[in-house]
Amino acid sequence: MLDIAVLYNKYKFLGHEFLTWLWFTLENDPESLKDEEGMPVLLSVGNRIVLEVIRDESTVESVTIKGDNADLTEGIVAIRKGALVTEISLSYKKGDLGWTFTLKGENFNITGLKTPETPPVESGDETEGAVIDKLFLSREVVDLTGTLFRSFVRQRISEDWKKETVPAIKRWLTS
Amino acid sequence: MGLLSATQTIARYRVEGSFSENPTEQVRKGLKKQIITDIDNEAQDMAVGWTSFEAPFTPDFDDATFQIGTHYVFGMRIDKKSIPTTVVKQQVAIASAKRLAESDREFLSKNEKSEIKEHVMNVLTIRIPPTPNVFDVVWQYEEQEVWLYSTQKAANEEFETLFNKSFSGIKLIRLFPYTQADLTLALSDTDRDRLSAITPEDFTE
Repeated sequence: MLDIAVLYNKYKFLGHEFLTWLWFTLENDPESLKDEEGMPVLLSVGNRIVLEVIRDESTVESVTIKGDNADLTEGIVAIRKGALVTEISLSYKKGDLGWTFTLKGENFNITGLKTPETPPVESGDETEGAVIDKLFLSREVVDLTGTLFRSFVRQRISEDWKKETVPAIKRWLTS
Repeated sequence: MGLLSATQTIARYRVEGSFSENPTEQVRKGLKKQIITDIDNEAQDMAVGWTSFEAPFTPDFDDATFQIGTHYVFGMRIDKKSIPTTVVKQQVAIASAKRLAESDREFLSKNEKSEIKEHVMNVLTIRIPPTPNVFDVVWQYEEQEVWLYSTQKAANEEFETLFNKSFSGIKLIRLFPYTQADLTLALSDTDRDRLSAITPEDFTE
């Protein structure tokens, strides 16, 4: 494996393309997103998307779309002009439980993760249980993003990417 | 932003390698080796080390349990002394005036000025208490993953350095898109080659 810093910079676009693909899929074919057990994933775009386009090494133009029910047209226009999604907030539901979080494409940092509520820790004896509960709930989001990323990578390295996925994304951008 | 906070922030790492025997004792040994040291009343302006998850200001890896289920749960503490620049200026001005009065001169040499500043910084660093910052860490040993509950660049860098100093033979690799694909998706050699050959897609044409 190459040096980690080299890999980080060389393939930075991979995470941005993943988030762009994820947004496209959520908008156009959300049923195709499946979890590890092959069950449909109830995932939706949250209240924030950041898009960036790198014009040259020192110039980065960015567009941030914020707010519930915000008009996302500006984001589509930005992708048409060469931008990619660099950060997206997502809302995930499984049964009666709900999670919200923001995923950053460059490094897959998870920020603002709100898991379903767990009982407050009132004494030291309860810490161990609380940690196990919280880790279990956080793991759901990590595994979900891992599964979705696997689907993306499989498509990205397949022949279908150029033949089907890219033309479909371009149709969406110009529709 | 920590493990039990209402809102969490997570940076993920892959752990390559494992301990040949008794991982809990090996982890304990590594944590004790780099436990946070107290820099109160010391001329040191920063300390970085491991601490206990439940008692971050009185770390103890002998008694306190850091194993929860199959995970190791602990913390990284960064103690930093920040001296306000105005306080430095004030103390330098006072010390300079005193030196001038004592030597009955109107000016101090460049060397004297820097000597005074260094002395003031030393005295203030000893006197000022450090500000601690604690970042939760969960080592999911069986999953070969470590989560650091911070995405601050400086905290991540300190964490990587501290981890490598503490656990020899264990390699920590930051999980970002490429490493996640390469190390966790169980790709075949052909797929791995295809992955390394991809170039950015152009959606604008």
